[in-house]
Amino acid sequence: MSDKSNLLRAEGINKSFGAVIAAKDININIQKGERVSLIGSNGAGKTTFMNMVTGYLKPDTGNIFFKGENITPLNPRIITQKGISRSFQIPQIFEPMSAWENLLVALGTSKKNHSYFRNARSKENSDYIDEILSRFSLNEFAHRQVSELPGGVRKLLDIAMALVRKPDILLLDEPTSGVGAEEKYPLMDTIAKALSVENLTVIFVEHDMDIVQNYSERVIAFYQGEIIADGNCDNVLNDKNVQEFVTGKTQVKAK
Amino acid sequence: MPLKLLNNVFFQSIFLMSLLVVVGIFIPNWLVFVITKAIAYGLVGLGIITLMRGGLVSFGQGFVFGIGGYTAGLLGTQAGLTDAVLLLFISFIFTGFVGLIIAPLLARYRDIFFAMLSLAFSMVLYGILIKIDAIGGSDGFVLPESTYFGIKPSKEYADYILYVVSVIMTGIVSILLRYYYDSTPGLIALAVRENELRVEYLGSSAFNVTVLNFTIAAGLGGMGGALNGIALGHIDPEFTYWTTSGEFVFISILAGYLSVPAVFLAALLLELVRSFSGRYFPDTWQLILGVFLILSIIFIPSGIGSFFKQLFDKLKNK
Amino acid sequence: MIDEFLTIFLDGAIYASWLFIVALGLTFVFGVLKILNIAHGGIYALGAYSTATLVPIFYSLGMPDQLVIVTMLISALAVAIVITPIMERGILRRFYGQDEVLIVLVTYAIYLVLEDVQKIIWGMNSLYVSEPRELLGALEFGSLYYVGYDLALIGLAIFCGLFLWLVLNKTKSGKIVLAVIHNPEISGCMGVNINKVYLAAFFVGAFLAALAGSFTAPLISVQVGISVAVVIESFAVVIIGGLGSIPGAVIGALIIGMARAACVHKLPEAEIFIMYFCMAGMLIFRPKGLFQGAQARKI
Repeated sequence: MSDKSNLLRAEGINKSFGAVIAAKDININIQKGERVSLIGSNGAGKTTFMNMVTGYLKPDTGNIFFKGENITPLNPRIITQKGISRSFQIPQIFEPMSAWENLLVALGTSKKNHSYFRNARSKENSDYIDEILSRFSLNEFAHRQVSELPGGVRKLLDIAMALVRKPDILLLDEPTSGVGAEEKYPLMDTIAKALSVENLTVIFVEHDMDIVQNYSERVIAFYQGEIIADGNCDNVLNDKNVQEFVTGKTQVKAK
Repeated sequence: MPLKLLNNVFFQSIFLMSLLVVVGIFIPNWLVFVITKAIAYGLVGLGIITLMRGGLVSFGQGFVFGIGGYTAGLLGTQAGLTDAVLLLFISFIFTGFVGLIIAPLLARYRDIFFAMLSLAFSMVLYGILIKIDAIGGSDGFVLPESTYFGIKPSKEYADYILYVVSVIMTGIVSILLRYYYDSTPGLIALAVRENELRVEYLGSSAFNVTVLNFTIAAGLGGMGGALNGIALGHIDPEFTYWTTSGEFVFISILAGYLSVPAVFLAALLLELVRSFSGRYFPDTWQLILGVFLILSIIFIPSGIGSFFKQLFDKLKNK
Repeated sequence: MIDEFLTIFLDGAIYASWLFIVALGLTFVFGVLKILNIAHGGIYALGAYSTATLVPIFYSLGMPDQLVIVTMLISALAVAIVITPIMERGILRRFYGQDEVLIVLVTYAIYLVLEDVQKIIWGMNSLYVSEPRELLGALEFGSLYYVGYDLALIGLAIFCGLFLWLVLNKTKSGKIVLAVIHNPEISGCMGVNINKVYLAAFFVGAFLAALAGSFTAPLISVQVGISVAVVIESFAVVIIGGLGSIPGAVIGALIIGMARAACVHKLPEAEIFIMYFCMAGMLIFRPKGLFQGAQARKI
């Protein structure tokens, strides 16, 4: 029944917060290597879905399988260890540390046998971090305290930290929100370039339909906790319901 | 090369320890005693800054201070064990073990709730200790004089020898801690302090970090308590009282969590203020201590350690 | 059997009332200023001392006996008027917005200072002012005998709690305070003078502490060290009830008061640590206290 290519499978997920229905019979299959974007107006259930996949919230009913294993009861830490990482809408980074140190922490958590008596700033760690920094074009910010960095850079760092562990699935929660309009596309380009790692499966929440169109092959549209469309990008964006409830009447806004 | 050696923690500590051992010969006995007590308090403070690195402050370190003190005292009076080195070591291990047992209970709490629950633990112990008449109740009891590897030093050298032992043992502990602070897990503790959620989402356990830090803090507190008991030659429930715990918190806040030597400097400052005001203003030493606390928090809010660090960075940049 | 139960109940209620008045001030100050004030115990002691000083003067003036209550109120008020500007304006204001634990440490330092201030002003001798306690006579319940003054403390506690609750929830100024508790930044932007609210809240807290000291003075010998126990006991109450919650302080005080009275009569050995036991137990099962719900973090 569970096809090996189904990396992530959500089955009959329901979740409500009091009277608000955040997920209603959600069924999703995600294959290895897919680039999927989740669209929908605020409160449609996109972030709730992400929170359930990563174990922060538990569905009222239904199960989530990762590589055939039921991960529904697990907590975020274990799920991360199994290979699902995420970034955050508001970057969750360690404010008083430098970007470099932030990545060092991320690297430290990913090492299985971390020694209590070996200096964290070893040559080996240092080289690896420099490599990640350059992949995200962050070298010039390496040794600046992250609380002083501009929004786009903070977003990139947040994603870079999620990637250090070399996850199978990366969930991005609104990677371009909170960034100026003119910065959006360069930022998304950098992210796309950095994520072009073999077999990385990326699921991201996005409001900008241009970005959705350019960076994802598959789109899942949410409305009031339900999936109203799921399929390839053009089909979904031209769907009548999606146009009415999610994107507005005109399909793609002029830039 | 010489500069690199100067930057080496190991070298620095050996240098500092030798210096203290030598200086100890020339300073008056009362100062030797004061420094020994400062080391005892500093050890507990070191435990608190280990917790602070993980974002927590315990207001109940009197709990482990008392357990360490009573462990050393009871081993001395009941089991006839008087070797100071052994007593310090056993208190360290035993109290650390007690810490490991209660840590999972405390590790779920944060901020003021962690502080208050740890305070509650210490006060429960206080309440029990003052009720047990077999070990002196609220008066406590006297410890037998210490021996060192089977030899009992004459009275005039006893203080100095205990001082040397405590300098060496504390030096070793400090080196080990520095290594821990600079290691990957040590860095993760700092990350827990900033953003626990993210640490969990990176795949590490904030809970485990806290349990480890609490266990270390307990061990250090126990060793400090044992040293304080041996130095005073006496132990009583006051060790576990909340005002004692308050002094430990003060030491660690004054020191900040960046530097290990700063903790002992802060402890020494506290001891000096206490003994001077105790000697010259015996009725108002609390007032002087209180004013000293307030002023030092106002003027060095981020601690002596960060003050050091800024100074050091300035020198390096020149 | 019934007598014993009634004794425990009444002893517990009297003890709880006293504890509630102290804890009410503590929890209110925490609610508004987010400061867990260790020096609260010191203010309590100052209230007791000032009553022990002013009441004999009152009697020497030969006024009607009933007015002694007014004198006690005045002495509590005087303490609050003197201590509030020094502590809130002079010291604590510098630390607003900083780490909670750091502020606790600052109040601990103030507590130490207040301890010695008491010694300097009043010396080491014990003071006694038992006269007001005879004011209301005594009551008998079967074989039990209670001093009217002690029972009146229950009324005072109820009055203080209700009064503060009504002011907060039914008056305009009270609503402003609630707004500040909820969100100081936004209240500030809406034109609320936060500094004034903080000052007023601290004054109310200090007054309640001094009031508790003032009305306890006739029951005890006022001497050095009376504040120590108060600090920990009122902490235990607010931790049990939930920091910043008035109903929480009621329940917390009742739990500790009753538990303690029961211990005194049934298990005297446990009296000294029963409240820490309650506090630790509550923290283990409901870490934020009875009256504070867990707040989910939004990510």
